[in-house]
Amino acid sequence: MHPYQYIPATNITEAVSALARYGNRARILAGGTDLLVQLRGERYELDAVVDAKAIPELVELTLDGGLTIGAAVPCYQVYENLAIAAAFPGIIDAASLIGGIQIQSRASLGGNLCNSTPSADGICPLIVHSGVVTITGVDGTRTMPVEEFSTGPGRNALGNGEMLISINLPKPAAHFGAAYQRFIPRNEMDIAVVGVASAITLDATGQKVESARIALASVGPTPIFAKQASEFLAGQTATEETFAKAGAIASTEATPISDMRGTIKQRHHLVEVLTRRTLVQAVRRARGNA
Amino acid sequence: MTQIPEQQFVHKVPVQCTLNGQSTEFLAAPYLSLLEILRETLGLTGTKEGCNDGNCGACTVNVDGRIVDSCLMLGVEAQGKNIETIEGVAPAGGLHPLQQAFLEEAALQCGICTPGFLVSAKALLEAEPNADEHRIRLWLAGNLCRCTGYDKIIRAVEKAREEMK
Repeated sequence: MHPYQYIPATNITEAVSALARYGNRARILAGGTDLLVQLRGERYELDAVVDAKAIPELVELTLDGGLTIGAAVPCYQVYENLAIAAAFPGIIDAASLIGGIQIQSRASLGGNLCNSTPSADGICPLIVHSGVVTITGVDGTRTMPVEEFSTGPGRNALGNGEMLISINLPKPAAHFGAAYQRFIPRNEMDIAVVGVASAITLDATGQKVESARIALASVGPTPIFAKQASEFLAGQTATEETFAKAGAIASTEATPISDMRGTIKQRHHLVEVLTRRTLVQAVRRARGNA
Repeated sequence: MTQIPEQQFVHKVPVQCTLNGQSTEFLAAPYLSLLEILRETLGLTGTKEGCNDGNCGACTVNVDGRIVDSCLMLGVEAQGKNIETIEGVAPAGGLHPLQQAFLEEAALQCGICTPGFLVSAKALLEAEPNADEHRIRLWLAGNLCRCTGYDKIIRAVEKAREEMK
């Protein structure tokens, strides 16, 4: 492995200036569960690894109606927090199934986002919870919706010298529910053939859909926000039949490939099934009887 | 390996941590994993290398009360941490109930995965003394065994759970 400097940053300025100094020869280290594997596999070489876990903003986890998840907060801290689990069920579904317990001790949702694989379990739930990312670089700080962050397999909106600081999720509306499910051939420790996250807000009667958001994993070059299926659901009655129609629309928004994990045909089918199932689960949670 | 320009020579970093209850200091090249430091720098070869990419759990150690794959943590990240490896599991002059149960239930064959299973299972039973079979299986999903087929391992953990009550 190419030798690199270890830079334990204690604040954002230090980290950003290290990133600016080394350009694309430096990366941020959070949990390391992707980074160290990729370095060891010599997928790329680095001259510097900037450890971000001593930067207060990157390890912040604050629930104040909305939720702020620092980019380096490990998954277990998110799913072991019962108040977060109650308010942000879609996030918990993902945080508790990424890898095994050992991985969840270190891996972060921010790292999952920055690694930017189309199959990431963590990204779609952040999209349907209307997550917004905060990015800082030498030229200042900017924000963007999570669905705009990934730009291709392993690629994202971070420019040279920029780093992800946090993911901010707004306070869910009343009668809100969300869920994430994936299809894998075994029960744990696998990469999604297809993953679907759905979020739904019902009206006060609990029968009509006010708004919905659906996002698809592993069926395109990036996680996909299924805009048409999401918009179709607004104003509809919350029945399984409606959700099956939403699944059929979502399937048309998927652009999967055939690979070792599944075929194009299977993946389109799985989008339909998982969209319907996650909507049913999200509605159960929205009605408070999950 | 690539020729490194002189200004990029990487210096070893002094690291201080608590290892199996003992204050420990070592020098770590920044690109070495905690697993490599444990085995090659500190001579603690109880922790095993399996896949070396975070799938198999053979290298599981306990860091500040959480189990991690030591192949996916840098040695330099051990600074200030409290680390327990398989060498710290047994009390002086005896076996931990999990080790005893693994022997009695024949929960190992080749033994490469065993230290990882023991460190993982110990963390579970200390945090959740009443963990049921389903919980044990889910918790140990990050530890792979290619010999026993898991049932004996689960039975051993359940036996140790009763011993530890």
